[in-house]
Amino acid sequence: MNTLAAPAVNVAPPLGERLAALFDNLVPALAALVLTVLLFSVAVALAGFDPLEVWGLILMGGFGDAFAWQNTLQRAAPLILTGLAVALPAQAGRVIIGAEGALVLGGLAAAALGNLLSAQAPPLLLWPLMALAGMLMGGFWIGIVGWLREKREVNETIASLLMSFIAIALFNQMVETVLRDPASLNKPSTRPLADNYLLPAMPGLDVHWGLGVGIVVAIVAWAVVKLTPLGLSLRVAGGNPRTALGVGLPVSWLTIGACAAGGACAGLAGAVEVAAVHGAANASLIAGYGYSGILIAFAARFSPAGVVPVAVLVGGIAASGSLLQRRLGLPDASVTVLLGFAFVALIGCETLRGRSFWRKG
Amino acid sequence: MGETLGWWGVPLAILGGAIRVGTPLLWVSLGETVTEKAGRINLGLEGTLLMGAMTAYAVALSTGNPWLGIVAAAVVGTLFGVLHGALCSLTRVNDTAMGIALMLAGSGLAFWLGKPLIQPSAPDLQSIDLGGWSAMPAVQAALAINPLFVIGVLLAFAVYWAFGHTRVGLRLRVVGDSENAARAFGLSPSGYRIAATAFGGACAGVGGASLSLVYPGAWSEALSSGQGVMAVALVIFARWDPRRCILAGLLFGGASAISPALQAMGYSSGYYLFAALPYVLTLALLIGLGKPGPSDGAPGELSLNR
Repeated sequence: MNTLAAPAVNVAPPLGERLAALFDNLVPALAALVLTVLLFSVAVALAGFDPLEVWGLILMGGFGDAFAWQNTLQRAAPLILTGLAVALPAQAGRVIIGAEGALVLGGLAAAALGNLLSAQAPPLLLWPLMALAGMLMGGFWIGIVGWLREKREVNETIASLLMSFIAIALFNQMVETVLRDPASLNKPSTRPLADNYLLPAMPGLDVHWGLGVGIVVAIVAWAVVKLTPLGLSLRVAGGNPRTALGVGLPVSWLTIGACAAGGACAGLAGAVEVAAVHGAANASLIAGYGYSGILIAFAARFSPAGVVPVAVLVGGIAASGSLLQRRLGLPDASVTVLLGFAFVALIGCETLRGRSFWRKG
Repeated sequence: MGETLGWWGVPLAILGGAIRVGTPLLWVSLGETVTEKAGRINLGLEGTLLMGAMTAYAVALSTGNPWLGIVAAAVVGTLFGVLHGALCSLTRVNDTAMGIALMLAGSGLAFWLGKPLIQPSAPDLQSIDLGGWSAMPAVQAALAINPLFVIGVLLAFAVYWAFGHTRVGLRLRVVGDSENAARAFGLSPSGYRIAATAFGGACAGVGGASLSLVYPGAWSEALSSGQGVMAVALVIFARWDPRRCILAGLLFGGASAISPALQAMGYSSGYYLFAALPYVLTLALLIGLGKPGPSDGAPGELSLNR
């Protein structure tokens, strides 16, 4: 699975090579886009809808007006972080698909801490603490997966998904018993945060600060991965573990660290959702953001900065689901189908990468 | 049932539950064993399972015949398997990533097409009643064996036999163990892998049918709780031996049945913790068994083990 990691070393190549490389990246992506549009149009047409109308509504519902953008960016905030949760371990060559579990436990930890301290701490102190609680929880959870991989050779992809199911069971147990707010009758929840403890909107935008946090984390992650010696070691460890061991890099700890960092991002996403959107930890937190993060990271080719625009795009498509349902009666699962088709097309079109027929010589 | 059997009701309910819940696990892990023996891993069986469950339910509903539903589920599963197998035969297409992609696409498609199926009820598969000798309904319920379990057990032994004694079985194992050796024999690795993935898909489709037509016996979006993925882990536990898939299915089915059995007895406090038991058990087995090597029956070409 090492082939999944980005190439480890950047040496500035001549212009012709760089153009070819650009082409190499562009062709599979464009082919995947065309294929996705075709496949989904056929599916929609078979279901008896007008593809043009559906695509129009997707654009409108995701990016058509200020309200749509607000909805889109609100969803993009956790998606950036869950995309990073997959992209960071991938730097070390590990495929983690259990961000959903780290997200819900991170949200739970943040909610629990918020309930505990909201009487003593002012919001400006509590928010960082809640974020920290979420990151520690998520980092611990996926860190276990990395540790199992390195120390016990347990396949991290399967283990992370099993850990995700365990996390959701733990979450449900805690929310229904120890941490349950007696006032939450039909939908078990933790006690809600007071209104003044909810994360406010960013100035000039109708979107909460979680978006800003996500973008900052993505930029920091990009800088660490691309610009620092630590990032270089990580990419060497992921690209060629034998070389990395040969030059004395602590491959195991780099890998475990990358997994934990990814988990921390997912946990932070949970904390942000609790502090900004739901105000408490409940089943609404299990919304599939962790799974969308897998698609986002693959589509961004595991670039921590590339995760941001892809997350906005996926957030927009997800946001358009409710409009599709309202206007056309198209089930909201159709959006999942669109994302699934995109994912299949994206992975399948990798086969076009590096083909010689558009390279000269 | 508490009045007649007391605490004995718990192990009995667990046994019955082990078979009911274990049937899809048996089918999916059996299919994945064949796929992995050919050197491929299909992580997308969760999507195939849901497509199979939805298809079986829809066909059983419209024809009134659950067996037709099962056949349809196997056909849809085969299509998904061929899709995965063929796409992964392209260069630079990673089977793990494609599996994750098909998991998302398959479950989305199943939820979309299955939307109108949530209300109506399709005919369930008739079970084979082995508990007729007992007057107690709890005993009867536990011993009402579903035919898919029986077929799955027979198929497991048949696959085991085929691996060791048939031309196709032996060639499949060569392809899975060493691509170079397979080429030297003049075998086409891609062809065998696509066929093996198709078989795995068909089995996962039938596994899905057992969810929607046997237990829980209805279509809903919460029908599968990761059985498709658990099965991939169970193959490691079964050491790529089809016979041990039966054991794996029963063991993990039993673990999943503990939680509802206790709830039926009135113990609901740790419901979710017990519900996590099969996953904890699967993970514990992966940890305990360590990395499987060739002596454990692990196919040499499997990306999982490299």
